[in-house]
Amino acid sequence: MRAVIDLAKKANATLDHMHSEGTVNNTLSLQNIGYQTTTMTEVKNRADVILFFGSEVSESHPRFFEKLVWNTENLFDKPTPKVIFLGVPKETPETNFASAISPTGEKPTVINAEKSALPEIANALNALLNGKNPIQKLAETESIAGVSNAQLKNVVDTLKNAQYGVVVWSASSLKATEHSELTIQSLIRFINKLNETNRVAGLPLNSGDGDTTVNNTSAWLTGYATRNRFKNGEASFDARAFSTKKIAKECDALLWISTFNATQAPKTNAPTIVIGHPISTFETPPDVFIPVAVPGVHQTGLMFRMDSSVTLPLKKLTENTLPTLASVLQKIEALLA
Amino acid sequence: MITRLKNGKLYDPAHGKNGLGLNGIVQDIYIKDGRIIDKPADSEKIDHIFDLSGKVVMAGAIDMHSHIGGGKMNIARMMLPEYQETKKYSEPEAHVCGPNCSHMATPNTVDTGFRYIEMGYTAAFEPAILPVNARQAHLEMGDTPMIDKGGYAMLGSDDYFLRMLAAKKDQKAINDYVAWILHATQAIGIKVVNPGGISAFKFNQRRLNLDEQHQHYQVSPREILKSLSTAVNQLGIAKPLHVHCNNLGAAGNFQTTLDTMGASDGVPMHLTHIQFHSYGTEGDKKFSSAAAQIAEAINKNKHITTDVGQILFGQTVTASGDNMMQHLNANHANPKKSVIMDIECDAGCGVVPFKYKDQNYVNALQWAIGLEIFLSVEDPWRIFLTTDHPNGAPFTSYPHLIRLLMDKTFRNEAFAKLNLDAQGMSNLTSLDREYSLYDIAIMTRAGAAKLIGLNNSGHLGTGAQADITVYTDIADREAMFAKPDYVFKNGELVVKDGKVVKVVWGATQTAKPAFDVSVEKDLKDYFDRYHTMSVENFKISDDQIAEDGRNKVVVNTN
Repeated sequence: MRAVIDLAKKANATLDHMHSEGTVNNTLSLQNIGYQTTTMTEVKNRADVILFFGSEVSESHPRFFEKLVWNTENLFDKPTPKVIFLGVPKETPETNFASAISPTGEKPTVINAEKSALPEIANALNALLNGKNPIQKLAETESIAGVSNAQLKNVVDTLKNAQYGVVVWSASSLKATEHSELTIQSLIRFINKLNETNRVAGLPLNSGDGDTTVNNTSAWLTGYATRNRFKNGEASFDARAFSTKKIAKECDALLWISTFNATQAPKTNAPTIVIGHPISTFETPPDVFIPVAVPGVHQTGLMFRMDSSVTLPLKKLTENTLPTLASVLQKIEALLA
Repeated sequence: MITRLKNGKLYDPAHGKNGLGLNGIVQDIYIKDGRIIDKPADSEKIDHIFDLSGKVVMAGAIDMHSHIGGGKMNIARMMLPEYQETKKYSEPEAHVCGPNCSHMATPNTVDTGFRYIEMGYTAAFEPAILPVNARQAHLEMGDTPMIDKGGYAMLGSDDYFLRMLAAKKDQKAINDYVAWILHATQAIGIKVVNPGGISAFKFNQRRLNLDEQHQHYQVSPREILKSLSTAVNQLGIAKPLHVHCNNLGAAGNFQTTLDTMGASDGVPMHLTHIQFHSYGTEGDKKFSSAAAQIAEAINKNKHITTDVGQILFGQTVTASGDNMMQHLNANHANPKKSVIMDIECDAGCGVVPFKYKDQNYVNALQWAIGLEIFLSVEDPWRIFLTTDHPNGAPFTSYPHLIRLLMDKTFRNEAFAKLNLDAQGMSNLTSLDREYSLYDIAIMTRAGAAKLIGLNNSGHLGTGAQADITVYTDIADREAMFAKPDYVFKNGELVVKDGKVVKVVWGATQTAKPAFDVSVEKDLKDYFDRYHTMSVENFKISDDQIAEDGRNKVVVNTN
C-alpha cells in the first residue's frame, strides 16, 4: 500500500477499493455516529446470542461458524450461542444455513424478509426497544415490513437478555438495499441503546481482497479512509464522489490492482492497466497486463483481519520469479519523474 | 566526518560537575558517525562548524506519552475526516491559544514525524499498545519518519494475566509472562489502563474502584497494580509500570488516585495524565480541583512519577484503551459520535471526539488543574510535560504549554479569560512559579530518558546519540520552542529554521529483560485453544520491524 500511495501521489490519482461500494456505508456510518463493536476472539469466547442482520455468510465467510461459534472450549463457560438470521430472502437455499446448525443439531432461527424491507426492520428493532414508542401497542399478530411483530419482539428480548450479544452485518450484502447506510446506522443505534443495560456488540464483516488492509493503511498514510484523492501531494476524501463507478467514466487512465484473485476491471473508455494475479483471464483485455506475485503464496506480506484489530503476516510458500506489486509500482513511479 | 557545534549555551541536566547538570554553560559539541564525541585532537579535520553563539542547545526532546500508533488513532482518523482540514488553519482556534497552537488532532504518520521534529522532538512513545494490535502500532510508527519511537504494552485487563492472578500463580510466573509480552510486542514498558476495568466492562460492570472485585476473576485493581508493578520492577527494566488509574474523568476521582499511589507498596509507578484523575466534588457544580492534594502526595511519595495530560482549548479527540470510562464519556462527545470496542479478550478501546471550551466550567477548570499540578509538584525529574496527545490537546501545542509554564504573566492573562466560576475555584494565580529552561530540559529530555531507560538519548554527553535541538533565546517561549534554528537527528542536520530539510527514519526503542522461555509452552496451548491467531503470528520479530529497510530495533539495558 505504501507503493500504491506513493504512486497515487505522483500521478494525482484517485484511490478506491474494488469492494467499497458496500463498505463505504460502514465508513459513512462511522463518520456519522460511530459504532460499538467487538472482535473474533471475543465472539468465540463470550457470545451467547448471534444475530445476523440481512446477511448470511455461507459464501463470504464459509468457516465463520466452525471457527467462532461451534468451538467446544471457551474461556468463560458460556453456553453454545443462539443463532438468529433476521431478514434473509425467502428463496435462500436451505443448504446456505447448513454450517449454522449446531453440532448437537439445533437449527438457527431464520426470519425471512425481502431486502427492501431491511431498513424498516432495523428501525422497528429500535422502536421496539423504546418503551414509549407507539409500536408497543401493536398486536403480536400484526406484522412489520412483512415480519411478524411477535418474532421481532422475540429478537429484541433475546438480545436484551443476552450475556454478550453480537450483531453481525455485511456491508456488501446490504449494498443492494436502498438506504443501506441508514440501515447500518439504525443497527448501530440499536446496539448502542442495548448497551445501556447489557453488553451487545456489532461485528461488521469485511468484503475481501484486502479491503480492511487498504482502509487501515490508507488512514495512517493519508489521514483518510478508502476513497481518497491526491492533488499536488495533498490528499482529500469524498466517500461518494471518489467511487470507482463514477471515476471510471471520467478518468483518463485506469490502474486496476488485484493480486489475491483474478478479477475484472470495470469497463471504461480510458486506457486500462491491470497489475494482478498471474492467472488472470479477461472479458475485455486490458491495454497492459502485468502479472505479479500473490501475497501469501509467492511472497510475504501483511493482512489486516476483518475486525481490524489483528494484523497477520503472510508467508511466502513457493519459489517463483514473479515480481512483487511494490517493485512494479516503484518502477512505474520512477519513470513518471 | 566531524561536525562542531560552537559556543552554544548548553542545557544538559544529565551532565555537569558536582552532580549538577549543565545549566546554560557555553561549551562546544563534536559529532562523529551520529554520536557525540569528546573534543577531537587538533590534527583531526573538522568538516562542518555551526556557530551557535547565544543560542540555547538541548538534547532532542522526548515525548514519553503520545498516542502516535495503533488501532485507536487510526479509528479516529477514519471517523474524523473533517479534522484533516484543520492542518490548513492559520488562525488559532481558541482565543487563549497563540499562533503556534495548532490543533491537528489526527495527523497522518508523515505529519506526525514532521511536526515533532520541527519542534525539536526526536522521540515519542505510544503509551497504549494492545498486545494483539502491536503489529499495527509498529507499522504506523514505522511509517512515522524523523523520530525514534517505542511503546508500552497494555496488560491488566487481558484474560491470560487475570487468570494467572486469580489462580494465585507465583510472582516469577507473572514476571516471565510480562517479559514475554515485552519481547513479543517490541515494547519498552508496561502499561495498565483502568486496572481490570476494561475486562470488567465486558462482564457488564460499569465502574470498578481500586478495592472492588472484578466479578469474574475475583481480583481487585489494587492486586493487579501490585502484581504488575512488582513484575516490572523485578525484571529490572527502567520504565516503571505506567498506570492509567481507575475512574478517569469522574468527579471525586482524586481519592482513587491517592489510594493508587499506595497500591504498589513503595515499588515505583508512573501515574499518567494525572490531570484527568485529580478531580474533587466541591462547589455548586460538584466538580472541583484536587490538584493541591495530588501534588502534595506526589511530593511526599518519592516512588511516584507522573505526567500531566494538560488540556488546551479547541477541537480534539480522546482515544483510550479505557472503554469502560469512554462508554460513559461518549455522552459528552462533540461532534456526537464515538467508537467503543472490546478487543480479543485482551483489551479494548474508546474513541470520543471532544471540544474543550474556555467558557465551559468543567473544561476551564481542567485547564487550571493541569497547570496547578505542574506548578505544585516540586521535583521536575518526577513530572513530565504531556497533553496525552491527542486526548488533552494535540502535541503540536507543546510550545504554547511551555510558555504557560515559563511565563506567569502570560499564564495569568489566559486565566483571566476563562469561565468566571472556574476562576473562582482555582488558586492558579497564587502560584508564582515559572519553569526555567533547565527545568524544561529536565522534564522533556533528561528526566524522560531516565524514566523510560533510553541509554543514549536525552543528554549531550560523550557517546550520546547526536539528537540535538538549537533554539534562539527569545522572551516569547512559545515562538522559541515552536521553531528551533536547527535540529540534528543522529548527527545529521534535519531541520533548519523550523522546517524539515532532510527526511530520515528513526529506530524502535525497546527493552528485553531475560526470562524463562518455557513460559511460551502454555501460551501456545492457550492461543491454540482460545484465540483466533497463533502465538507465532502474535510475536513480532526484530526482522519484521526492520523489514521496510528503514527501521531497526534498539535494545536498551538498565
